[in-house]
Amino acid sequence: MSATLFGQSVLSGLFSGCLYGLLGLGLTLSWRFLRIINLAHFGLIFLAAYLTYHFVQSRGVSPLLAGAGLVPLFFGLGVAQQWLFIRFRVSELPSVIVTFGLTIIIEALIQWIWSADFVRLETHLVRGSLKIGSLLAPWDELIMGGFAVASCVAVWAYLNFTWAGKALRASLDDPDIAAAFGVPNRRLALVVSGAAAAFAAMGGVFVALLYTLTPSQIYSWLGVVIAVVLLGGLGRPLGVLAAGLLVGVAEAVTMALVEPAWAPIAPFSLLIAVLVLWPERI
Amino acid sequence: MGTGDCTAVGVTRREAFAAGAGFALAAAGIGTVAGQTAGAPVRVGGTLALTGPLAQTGAIHKVVGEIFIEQTNQAGGMLGRPIEWVLLDDQSKPDLARTFYERLITVDKVDLLMGPYATANILSAMAVAQRFNKILVHHTFGIPKLANYDKHFPAWPLGPEPEKTMPAAVFDALASVGKTPKTVAIVTSKFPSVQFIAAGAREIAKQRGVAEALYLEFEFGNRDFGPIAARVREADADLLFVGAIGLVGSQLLEALDQLNHAPKNHYYVYPTPGPLASSPLGANALAATAYEDLAPLNASPVAMEFSKLFHAAAAKANLPYVAPDTQAGTSYAAWQMLTEAVNATKSLDDQALADYLKKNGADTIVGKYRFDGPNNYGPDLMKVKQVQDAAWDIVWPKELATPGKTILGK
Repeated sequence: MSATLFGQSVLSGLFSGCLYGLLGLGLTLSWRFLRIINLAHFGLIFLAAYLTYHFVQSRGVSPLLAGAGLVPLFFGLGVAQQWLFIRFRVSELPSVIVTFGLTIIIEALIQWIWSADFVRLETHLVRGSLKIGSLLAPWDELIMGGFAVASCVAVWAYLNFTWAGKALRASLDDPDIAAAFGVPNRRLALVVSGAAAAFAAMGGVFVALLYTLTPSQIYSWLGVVIAVVLLGGLGRPLGVLAAGLLVGVAEAVTMALVEPAWAPIAPFSLLIAVLVLWPERI
Repeated sequence: MGTGDCTAVGVTRREAFAAGAGFALAAAGIGTVAGQTAGAPVRVGGTLALTGPLAQTGAIHKVVGEIFIEQTNQAGGMLGRPIEWVLLDDQSKPDLARTFYERLITVDKVDLLMGPYATANILSAMAVAQRFNKILVHHTFGIPKLANYDKHFPAWPLGPEPEKTMPAAVFDALASVGKTPKTVAIVTSKFPSVQFIAAGAREIAKQRGVAEALYLEFEFGNRDFGPIAARVREADADLLFVGAIGLVGSQLLEALDQLNHAPKNHYYVYPTPGPLASSPLGANALAATAYEDLAPLNASPVAMEFSKLFHAAAAKANLPYVAPDTQAGTSYAAWQMLTEAVNATKSLDDQALADYLKKNGADTIVGKYRFDGPNNYGPDLMKVKQVQDAAWDIVWPKELATPGKTILGK
């Protein structure tokens, strides 16, 4: 295998990893801070992807502008979802069933509106690729990677260096004591859920730009992104990004060195290895 | 549509009234006139993948079935009775297909069966049909050697050994214009009905002295084609043979384009037709086909009428590709087969229908089917098509090529 092939594969894996990180970011936040295993996150990603497709393909809106509209809209959806979960006291384990049901509803809605057939956005943010020596980095993927890294770093900084972030962590440790110190637990939960859905919208814009869409593909992302979230550690934005990159590169190198058919084994092998060797991480 | 949801297609209120009136007339000894249906409906049961990963193609078969039933009912129905299609959503799952065919036979007590979509689901339905000794006409079975039930009748006209005939047709077509490849890169999804064709292509290439520069398999549903494209680029073969189903071909071409690479000659087994034809990257792409809305295949009045109806119905159903191609053509052919057997035998008896088809074959828009070979497979009716000027043309065999078109090779 040539150095170019290896380098190109690693580059491709890094881009996949960035997307895994971006898609896992909202999930890890709601899992850790809300104790909601929100499978509907994947439904929201694809709803955002289809809405991006719709606005860009049919209305000629730029993808970034579509994203700018979708992010606040989805923030609102996330807030509404969490309000309902609080209202009906949905806890961690039941949330799996409830949010899986929501995912099925979203899938049916997507199929009803856009049909079950494949759709593909024929638009690029920037056409072509950046040449790095003998390697080529597509501009769309570079931009996606930039958004993913920036989002993960921003959330990490928010959690660690702002009063709200510290309050959120305090609320997680002991909500009653945190409330006694003036931490608005309920409002923070709504904000976290809104932010998670907003990240789903951002991820959806890039899924629409980079991939072909069919409603049933919602489930094809589920396994690998959950593996990335667990590998990265719940509630750790930089962890999820690092785990995404690790999984993405492992998949890509497996494809290049061994067989593409073996690539799906990579994330779960890593997950099992971490579970065995470093169980306190998860 | 959830598990077990049932759609009955074909009997409108007006037809029900007509059927009731016809029944009264028949009871009074007065016959029906041409174009009218009378009596209880002939119930044809089947499932389709209306949801799940195969739903995008299942939708085509639903549209075609509805067209055929409406046409047939307007023309007097089956044996003078209206047809009713009892359609269930198998959610793309073979286990559900098996359960639902059992239900169609034992609970819904349908008169006839129509197959589901996709090889695995058909195989499940076939086992049930065999247990109840029912005839099973189906449209999309991809692995002939697995279908050993004597009352199954396939409309996907592969011939008994597509793993040999399909790759051979590609090499023959290229050889006909002096472009026999010296090297081939074979890249395939592990989806069963394309994987075995790709494996067959290895053998055919070997027999013809074409060097194998690359052979790769990837999982059905693979998303990341970057590393695969990097390997294809490095192999740089004269022919890229892709065991493609759905959008795999388009995804691979996009990944290759991002690496500034375009294959010299490229073939895709069962691609989604629209995106390959409309994208500049799909120029000169080759693919297998059984039917296209092109001369000479669409020249008959039946095919022309079907084409008109399909365009309208597909647009109404929000399908992105509204021209009838292999999926739509073979789907229509399956309904034609079943109807021809019923009309010719004037019977709904499974044995009588199977005997008729086995002996006479069937005339359809796809061509003349025969079921006299191994596992009820007759002659290979598949063709090779190519994207030329952003549209598909049939280029092989020569006698069925779109007038004025020949294969373009590099």
